[in-house]
Amino acid sequence: MTSTPTPTSTPTSTTTPPVAPPPNVRKVAANASLRHFLSRVAFAIVMTIVGVLFALPMVWLVLAPFDATPSLTLSWPDWTLDNFARLFENPYALRSIGNSLLLGVATMVIVVGFGALAAYAMSRIRIPGRDGILYGLLLLSSIVTGTAAMVPTFQIITQLGLINSYTGVVLVLAGGILPTVIFILKDFMDSIPKSYEESARLYGAGPFRILRDVVAPIARPGLAFIAIWTIVQVWGNFLVPFILLRSPDLQPAAVVMYTFYTESGQADLRLISAFALLFSAPVLIIYFVVNRRYGFRFHGGIKS
Amino acid sequence: MAGITATQLVKEYPGGVRGVDEIDVEITDGEFFALLGPSGCGKTTLLRSIAGLEAITSGTLVIGDRDVTNAEPGVRGVAMVFQDYALFPHMDVGDNIAYPMRIKRVKRDERRSTAERVGDGLSLQGLIERRPGQLSGGQQQRVALARAVATTPDVLLLDEPLSNLDARLRLEARTFLKELQRDLGVTTVFVTHDQAEALALADRIAVMRAGKLQQIGTPREVFQRPNNTFVAGFIGSTPMNLVPATVEGGSIAIGDARVPVPVGTEGLVRDGQAVIWGIRPEYLRWSPTEQPGGIPAVVSVVENLGASVLIAVHAGELKFQVVVPEDQEPAPGDRGWIVPQAPKTLLFDAESTQRIG
Repeated sequence: MTSTPTPTSTPTSTTTPPVAPPPNVRKVAANASLRHFLSRVAFAIVMTIVGVLFALPMVWLVLAPFDATPSLTLSWPDWTLDNFARLFENPYALRSIGNSLLLGVATMVIVVGFGALAAYAMSRIRIPGRDGILYGLLLLSSIVTGTAAMVPTFQIITQLGLINSYTGVVLVLAGGILPTVIFILKDFMDSIPKSYEESARLYGAGPFRILRDVVAPIARPGLAFIAIWTIVQVWGNFLVPFILLRSPDLQPAAVVMYTFYTESGQADLRLISAFALLFSAPVLIIYFVVNRRYGFRFHGGIKS
Repeated sequence: MAGITATQLVKEYPGGVRGVDEIDVEITDGEFFALLGPSGCGKTTLLRSIAGLEAITSGTLVIGDRDVTNAEPGVRGVAMVFQDYALFPHMDVGDNIAYPMRIKRVKRDERRSTAERVGDGLSLQGLIERRPGQLSGGQQQRVALARAVATTPDVLLLDEPLSNLDARLRLEARTFLKELQRDLGVTTVFVTHDQAEALALADRIAVMRAGKLQQIGTPREVFQRPNNTFVAGFIGSTPMNLVPATVEGGSIAIGDARVPVPVGTEGLVRDGQAVIWGIRPEYLRWSPTEQPGGIPAVVSVVENLGASVLIAVHAGELKFQVVVPEDQEPAPGDRGWIVPQAPKTLLFDAESTQRIG
């Protein structure tokens, strides 16, 4: 706390002349405000450095695609649209974006549909050890789509004859995402008062009718979040389609990006930079649309 | 329109706890019936069993002339207003009122016009387009009532209908409910833990404790002639004074005092029998001078009730509560006599706690 140099506020005022405060009081006050100022400046500098560090890759993402000779360093571009022209000539680039969308939407439909039903049941029906089941599923789900289960997943899908098919990829992705979704949605469903459903039941509505008329509309923000989150997860997933798909024309964008090399075996930054911008656009668009429509905060990053 | 008959109704929860224990009750057509009791007494469970939201373990339930013991809630002809009103937040008032008709596949125009007509009847004009979140508590309750009565149910069930309203609104809503019930003539069962609410609204009251029925009767009956000490203590804005006493030579010995045997119990008690003597605080009189049949006592606490005063007095080891008019208010520490109105005294058996006579 800074002490104001007025005679009444200093406890020593009875021993010192009332008009002139002791010089050391003023000095201490000045020191304190200077220290405060310096700490604010230091804080601003540190935050600026951190902010710039985070912003640089973003700036690269926006500038590099328009540079005739992009490199991994950041420089003022030599403006051109050639990179995009070359990208569109690549037979796999545009198609892969479509593939990613297809995979994302298919997985989303399965995840939202089954997730809502399972979460509703989990929320409303007493099962012994329900929380144990939920936590167990959550724990195991990170294994299903993770690196550790790569080999068994591949073997299962091969034996099912689903290798190199979207069915296989969508099933594995949905299986990996569903437990988390059920976990999140169950909380949403728990927050819906039971009296809403009982009220509908009294008027003769069956379980599916109640889910459609009452539960789903009220849980809509939760369902919307789940839908977007699922698409983002699938969009950024590299491992599962990389393992399970063989044909290059089935590959989604995240895998195709990995194939952009020059003849000399070096990463083709001109293609990669242009493709990266294209790759991130749909997710950003979805984010803004959903944010405007439902107004919820979409926290968390897009991880791959 | 229909009456409700429950016979030996039991609702047992997993683990053997009985929420409703062998209840026999007959509610006649058009009656306004209250289920009253302290929290956890099973009154809401009984209401939910009638609605079909709780599966009945054993016994039978008949609504009208149909046995609905195992019927789905939707086919019982029952409407219910929940304690939290259970209005759907994503539908406007009109859609909320019309929701039961939507399930019954009534056309949209007809639904809307019925909703408006019923809404108007419950003074909800101009609120049809609003969402429940934009309404006051009283309006929300009227929307819930409108939704319940829009389909002209045989039976209307109300779960603690007034508990979510603030005190002033509650009186208003109470009158409104009674008028509505009389106008519709629909058999209505409501649950409450507030004895004043039950006394004010109901044609008949069922008092429950621990899943068991204690007494069924008109408000006057349960107030004046409670079946046992529990009902005696539960009904009334101040609980009945219940003191241990013994029968001695044709009169009742309370401490050192003697009071006459209550009317109607002569010959039903024997000398030396342990009893509980009961009288309502409103039927006791405070006298600063000695009175025949009075019990000497000392005032310990004085509570102002507005037009009257509730005083707590000690008569030896025994404690009494007495309601005295405001102009006769004694001070704490005053000595005097409490005088019972003899015809209003009751006697209960000390062991079974049942009323004698």
